[in-house]
Amino acid sequence: MTIDRRKFIKTAGLASLAGLVGKNVLGQDVSEVIEPGAFDRLAGLQSPLQAQRWAMAVDIKKCENQHDCTKCIDACHLVHNVPEFDNPKDEIKWIWKEPFEHAFHEQENEFQKTELIHSTPLLFCNHCDNPPCVSVCPTRATWKREDGIVMMDWHRCIGCRYCMAGCPYGSRSFNWRDPRPFIKNLQRDYPTRMRGVVEKCTFCDERLALGMLPACVEACDAGALVFGDLEDPEADIRKLLNDNFSIRRKPGLGTQPEIYYIVS
Amino acid sequence: MIEKALRGNSRYWGWIGFLFIVIFVGFLFYLRQFGYGLGITGLNRDVTWGLYIAQFTFLVGVAASAVMVVLPYYLHDFKAFGKITILGETLAIASVVMCGTFIFVDMGQPLRIPNVFIFPSPNSLMFWDTIALGGYLVLNVIISINVIASEKKGTPPPGWIKPIILLSIPWAISIHTVTAFLYSGLAARPFWMTAILAPRFLASAFSGGPALLLLLVFLLRKFTRFDPGREPIQKLGLIITYAMTINVFFVLMEIFTAFYSGIPEHLDHFKFLYVGLHGNTTLVPWMWVSSILAVISLVLLYIPKTRNNETVLGLACVTVFVSIWIEKGLGMVITGFVPNPLGEVTRYWPTFTETMITIGVYAIGALIVTIFYKATLSIRGEVSV
Amino acid sequence: MYDAGKIIIGLVVFIALVSYPVWYDAARGDIPTSVDPKIVTTEKECVAPTEYMKANHMDLLNQWRDNVVRKNIRVYTAESGRKFEMSLSHTCMDCHSNKSEFCDECHNYSGVNPYCWDCHIEPEEEQP
Repeated sequence: MTIDRRKFIKTAGLASLAGLVGKNVLGQDVSEVIEPGAFDRLAGLQSPLQAQRWAMAVDIKKCENQHDCTKCIDACHLVHNVPEFDNPKDEIKWIWKEPFEHAFHEQENEFQKTELIHSTPLLFCNHCDNPPCVSVCPTRATWKREDGIVMMDWHRCIGCRYCMAGCPYGSRSFNWRDPRPFIKNLQRDYPTRMRGVVEKCTFCDERLALGMLPACVEACDAGALVFGDLEDPEADIRKLLNDNFSIRRKPGLGTQPEIYYIVS
Repeated sequence: MIEKALRGNSRYWGWIGFLFIVIFVGFLFYLRQFGYGLGITGLNRDVTWGLYIAQFTFLVGVAASAVMVVLPYYLHDFKAFGKITILGETLAIASVVMCGTFIFVDMGQPLRIPNVFIFPSPNSLMFWDTIALGGYLVLNVIISINVIASEKKGTPPPGWIKPIILLSIPWAISIHTVTAFLYSGLAARPFWMTAILAPRFLASAFSGGPALLLLLVFLLRKFTRFDPGREPIQKLGLIITYAMTINVFFVLMEIFTAFYSGIPEHLDHFKFLYVGLHGNTTLVPWMWVSSILAVISLVLLYIPKTRNNETVLGLACVTVFVSIWIEKGLGMVITGFVPNPLGEVTRYWPTFTETMITIGVYAIGALIVTIFYKATLSIRGEVSV
Repeated sequence: MYDAGKIIIGLVVFIALVSYPVWYDAARGDIPTSVDPKIVTTEKECVAPTEYMKANHMDLLNQWRDNVVRKNIRVYTAESGRKFEMSLSHTCMDCHSNKSEFCDECHNYSGVNPYCWDCHIEPEEEQP
């Protein structure tokens, strides 16, 4: 099932409307937006964004041109109540930047294009087609949805951290302690986590359900993040991948990551 | 049976009291961890398993090693092991209980552990490991209780127990194989993803476990009238010799493959172990101690003159046990995470709380072993009270 | 009976320990004898009849949770045909914004401690 054009236009319009709300959410005055009625959630639920295979393209060059921009990270971590610790030991991250040599560990090449060597690509959960984290989970607290999203059920996770051992991308974080006191700007729309469970990026499943694009995509005004359905030949992401050279992290492992990095 | 463990001299009660205090202290530290979260340990986002899971892995080996006395005695009717087989089987019980406890203290949400049974996930090796270990515990409890009970009655064990004992032999192999699969199936961790991991686990288990058993036998002989005679001790010494040889051989094979192929993904882990990586040398002194002890143990075990000397054999057992504990209870698990899949090196070292909890869990095992050994020896009249 | 004295003392200690919660509460004296959860909303209709909600709200919440998180089904159709978003923080707490007078009232009385609020954030209440 692909999204038919009319429905897509409708949802896109709604998404941009939601985008306005989203922008506010990202602003300082939170109380204003959280007030009930600011956004008709029930209406949003009637026109969710749907796909057969969600994927994201990251344009490294466009992203690097923004230099020290962290808008997508800030937006994601704000709307998902991701705590901010002042030490790397407790660290939790859904999106983060990593030097190219770490992000693309297998792309060892001393004489690679300078701008690439010095880049710090954004890292997410890869929402793999063959997710090793899902295979190892002993409670099915993490699983792959039909639309490709690798989901988490924080009610069920027992905190064994087997998924963290199984993830080849370091995309999962564990709540080593109660995160609440370390959330600066608590968002009532979204739960926090309790200590002792694993968390990660969910491609904003909660926003897709309301017809909104992921928070990071919306926050990026450089157009460096393109999100869409790979099974839809008309989707922007398909055209983008068709016209540009892209790489994925550790393709040799057969996990089929759904985050594509455009390097041309 | 249990009543035999409730009587004893002051030295016995002193030991039991000491173990209870250690367990209680460990429990208090666990309450701290329960309240704060696993952040109280040295674990972090990159090194997500540490001392607890390493002890779990090591002790699965000790549990499996009971097969080294069970197999000769029951399958080959090697009579000389008659007195020590039950010691091996009950040591296995204590080990599996410790394994379960280490898993429990390692969980972020321990109260949700029933989810593993409510939502069984055959995809996960952890599901199979739970079945393997649970089954092994049940088998050994049934076997031990019946064998001890029939010793008390002075009759041979009931006939129906024999097939259960025979089943426990492949089952013992399975627990350590499945535990190795927990690791060796992970594409994310090249250090573990090696087909030799399960054989390596078994080899280290079959040397380290009997070494521990032999040390316990020496202790019992010193403090009680228990004396299995010379033959089983020598035989166990020989088993340890073969198993340790194979273990060291396997380790060398791993090192050869990593260093000769030179693939950084594999090599970096071994560098971290033996020479340090990006300035992190946390495990280097330990691993060299482990290697040197392994060599010393092999020398002591190979020379018939030293192996036949029970004092030296005891020393050899200590070197084997410590060497393997370092290799498996420290090096094996931590190194899988260093470097992480992004090639970064993060330091991990157990905290004081983590260490105290670990010691507390070991005390639980020691208590179980003590109770079983006391009951067995009392029934045989090998201890005074 | 051998050791009658010891056995009786043992029994007394055992009964004292087992009945501890009863006499502890009795000694404290401030046990509520009835509950009166307050409903503050002007909304006329809940997602299910009051009697059902009183007895089974936890089951409904579990169903909602599994539907939303695991099946991505987020709209609930009540018997009246009216649609609601399956959401504790939105649908439930939009009406029952007074958690301390509504949820806590019965939960405290019956001594249950649901872990919903470890993660989900309750509406801000004005301090009385």
